Amino acid sequence: MNRPRHMKTGTRLAIFGLFVALVTLTLAGFDQFGVFAAESESAVDAAASTGYGPAPKLTADDYPTIAGVNSRVAVWVFAQLHLWFAAFVLAVPIFVFIIEAIGMRTRDKRYDDMAYEFIKVTITAYSLTAILGGLLIFALILFYPHLITYLSTIFKESMFYYALLFFAESAVLYIYYYGWHWLQGGFKKWVHLTLGLMLNAVGTTLMLLANAWLTFMMSPAGVDAAGVFSGDAWAAIHNFLWNPINIHRFVANIAFGGSIVGAYAAFKFLTATAEKERAHYDWMGYNANFIAICALLPLPFAGYYLAAEIYAYSQQMGITLMGGIFAWLFIIQAVLIGTLFLSANYYLWCGMGRSDGAKRYTKYIKYIAIVLVGAFLVWFTPHTLVLTNEELKSLGGPHHTILGPLGIMPAKNTAVNLMILFTALSFMFYRRANKIATVSWVKAGNAVQVALYSAGIVNIMFLGIYHGYFTNTVYKVAASIPQVLTTLVIMVVSITLDSFIYRGAKEVGPLRWGRIPARAQYALFLLAVSFTWLMGLMGYIRSGIRQHWHVLDIMRDASPDAFTPTLGYAANVVSVAAIIFMAMVIFVFWIAQVGSNKTLPAGYWKE
Amino acid sequence: MRQFLAVVAFTLLTIGFFAGYSNFGIPQIEPAPPPKEEKLDLSSMTMDQFIALGERLFNGKGTCTLCHNALGRAPMLGTIADAVPKRLKDPRYTGEAGDIEEYLIESLVEPSVFVVAGFGKKGTNDTESPMPDVSGGSIGLSEAEVAAVVAYLQDSGGAEVTVEIPQDIDEEGDDEEEGEAREAVNDPKKLMAMFTCDACHMINGVGGDVGPNLSKIGANRDRAYLRRAILDPNAEIATGFEADMMPADMGEQIYVKELEVLVDYLAGLK
Ligand code: HEC
Ligand code: HEC
Ligand code: HEM
Repeated sequence: MNRPRHMKTGTRLAIFGLFVALVTLTLAGFDQFGVFAAESESAVDAAASTGYGPAPKLTADDYPTIAGVNSRVAVWVFAQLHLWFAAFVLAVPIFVFIIEAIGMRTRDKRYDDMAYEFIKVTITAYSLTAILGGLLIFALILFYPHLITYLSTIFKESMFYYALLFFAESAVLYIYYYGWHWLQGGFKKWVHLTLGLMLNAVGTTLMLLANAWLTFMMSPAGVDAAGVFSGDAWAAIHNFLWNPINIHRFVANIAFGGSIVGAYAAFKFLTATAEKERAHYDWMGYNANFIAICALLPLPFAGYYLAAEIYAYSQQMGITLMGGIFAWLFIIQAVLIGTLFLSANYYLWCGMGRSDGAKRYTKYIKYIAIVLVGAFLVWFTPHTLVLTNEELKSLGGPHHTILGPLGIMPAKNTAVNLMILFTALSFMFYRRANKIATVSWVKAGNAVQVALYSAGIVNIMFLGIYHGYFTNTVYKVAASIPQVLTTLVIMVVSITLDSFIYRGAKEVGPLRWGRIPARAQYALFLLAVSFTWLMGLMGYIRSGIRQHWHVLDIMRDASPDAFTPTLGYAANVVSVAAIIFMAMVIFVFWIAQVGSNKTLPAGYWKE
Repeated sequence: MRQFLAVVAFTLLTIGFFAGYSNFGIPQIEPAPPPKEEKLDLSSMTMDQFIALGERLFNGKGTCTLCHNALGRAPMLGTIADAVPKRLKDPRYTGEAGDIEEYLIESLVEPSVFVVAGFGKKGTNDTESPMPDVSGGSIGLSEAEVAAVVAYLQDSGGAEVTVEIPQDIDEEGDDEEEGEAREAVNDPKKLMAMFTCDACHMINGVGGDVGPNLSKIGANRDRAYLRRAILDPNAEIATGFEADMMPADMGEQIYVKELEVLVDYLAGLK
């Protein structure tokens, strides 16, 4: 009896040793920041003797070419593919961690199984991320050697930690995945959950470091006007746009990851033969969509915050973003975001069929749909497009002739807030569909809900219209904050209120997982594809607004590809990349499935 | 398999729709190509041509119309003749300009000296201008180009044109133009002569004495230091000499490969 116990302690010790080692590794990453910060005081005067040169001034000859290869497109496609996979493998562990925790709390094994299935899919994707990252660096060194040399001198130290974190990430991920069935129950489960937390800590730090490179190129810091590095690596990392991008990316990645696993569930649902399997994948698809929506709701705010910060950093870049030729890109963005909201909502509506009580709410759905489409159309309306004179002439004027007034920011903010609010409403209906409230004050409670939503909608519209059309330019944006607050307050209050109204509510009947039409699964595919494409498009604008600069105002792009392409061209590159990505994703899913296939070749092996 | 193909077809269709919309649903604007240095031949230019040059710069390379347009992002510049005297009398005005020409130049290269009320960066209470220094990195107008823009602003703003066409400015544009046409040189001695380094620096008894003697420069200076000394001479100043004496635009003219040749050569002087 004693021996096995001993072994158990041994295992525990081993795990803790590993844990400590990994935490140290992770902390080393953070600690380094502290060191950078401390260095910064002395770095300024040390700069003169640190021996860093200014950013090189390049000519077209400094860009190696390979006949038949467009170097910009090559780097672009590799970067985008790498980003997609990286976003996916960083995002999935975030919600896998949460789902695992939910499973531990509710002791509902379905959650644990789902979490495992999600992480299984990321394993292959993880290798692909690394391979694509390697290809990206290779392409950069090959085609843009001076740029990558310059950036590497600035990020020398952090590059080392990047590599270290990458190894840590691999180690934790593999233990987390392969240890899943081993680390079950009681203390072991806690160890496993801790591994999940570490996985996320390492992954997120990794992303933050990668973001430092690209934000440095947009808002360089820690260098002087000639590009001479002061030696203060933390200043270069913590540049002006670092955090705005970090936030937007972090949230967008979760939504993206949710949508991709949603597509996985949708496909498994469509191809499932057994009823039980269909129920399982329906439930999984529902959860994936839920994750995507939760992350989708705050995204517009994070997006406007990012845009405002870009504007604050450089008015020129801000105008290029929102008012220059890229303004049309936001029209495409609007189409995509509209698609995202509509498909997520559509999926929810279809899902109401799982409950027998949903009939009570179906009559409202068409109104929600009308509002969503209306809001989408307003968002979609272009307003001012400020261009250089030649561009102006080819367009025939800066304003859209008829729709001008709907294109201004307050109108768009109003539309976004309404879109979010009505999505929340869809969700509330979905939650209510299978329940019958039993508290005595149901009527009053519902009246409060109606009043709350109505007052909020009126307030949002009023703010938008008042600030948009009756005040001077400077105050136009003033509406956005109270509007956002209104939306948030309504969401919080109504969810809280509903949870009280439905306390101890009766269920209409058991939820029938699996009872959902096949077309709902296509809504999930639409969500995943739109997200992928949107991400590619936004990756383009992020890079594109630097125009002919590698590093804004410091290192000029002198290559023949320094020009900004038309949006159609950019869209085509993004589309081709998206198709490659989708093909690779299908491969990843297929591999995940092959692992569980068994062939028993009769008479092949010696008995 | 049928399901699989249906999903693939659906995916392709969706992507096709997005691509189609981006190509045919919105106007395809050919963005302006990156700004190029214009070859300026100021010596044979009339004032009208000079003003026309200013107008071109204003609408093109200067990117002024990005902000100075009817949308209220920046003040309109059509009434400069009336506006400037008021600005100069404004109690908030702390600059050094005495007339319209000086005020305009100051507005262009030091926009934050005076910020027109209501147009400052958010949160700075009109102490910081969102307008970039037009001679700086992002726009990069040369001194002559700034003069041309000022001439245009005076002309179009109803003021008398007082700017003179600069004659003695060594136009960067010219060098750039000829720089683009030439072959890279591999011989360090030729490079030293070509970029007139030897006019200021003595090496082994040959050359001028405006700058430090470089005969033994490689003995105590490393390559990074030398590279910086050439590209960004004011980053640190050799003892006994003053800043701004060595031309700072060497980097515009020297090819990256040539720079390495020079650095190699200098590092070898021991
Ligand atoms: C990024 C936007 C932006 C760009 C680009 C820009 N400006 Fe400005 N400009 C402003 C703003 C905002 C102001 C008002 C604040 C101030 O006084 O600095 C201003 C002020 C001025 C003034 C002073 C006006 C007055 O009434 O006192 C002049 C002159 C001027 N700009 C000329 C130019 C020229 C010429 C260019 C192009 C070479 C240019 N600007 C490019 C934003 C811009
Ligand atoms: C107009 C005169 C002038 C010309 C032309 C010139 N220099 Fe200089 N150079 C100076 C002066 C003055 C200094 C010292 C002040 C300083 O460091 O900026 C200097 C400093 C240097 C130094 C640093 C020496 C030290 O000990 O710190 C190097 C290296 C150098 N120059 C190389 C070159 C090269 C190579 C060229 C040609 C591409 C060149 N210079 C052209 C005037 C000139
Ligand atoms: C529901 C609304 C939004 C969605 C779904 C969304 C989605 C996304 C996604 C998926 C990315 C790619 C992130 C990545 O590369 O990791 C992205 C990036 C970006 N978005 Fe948004 N976004 C939204 C709103 C906005 C808004 C309103 C703006 C600005 C007005 C904006 C500006 C940007 C920019 C500039 C980028 C590039 C930054 C980067 O590469 O990370 N977004 N967005």
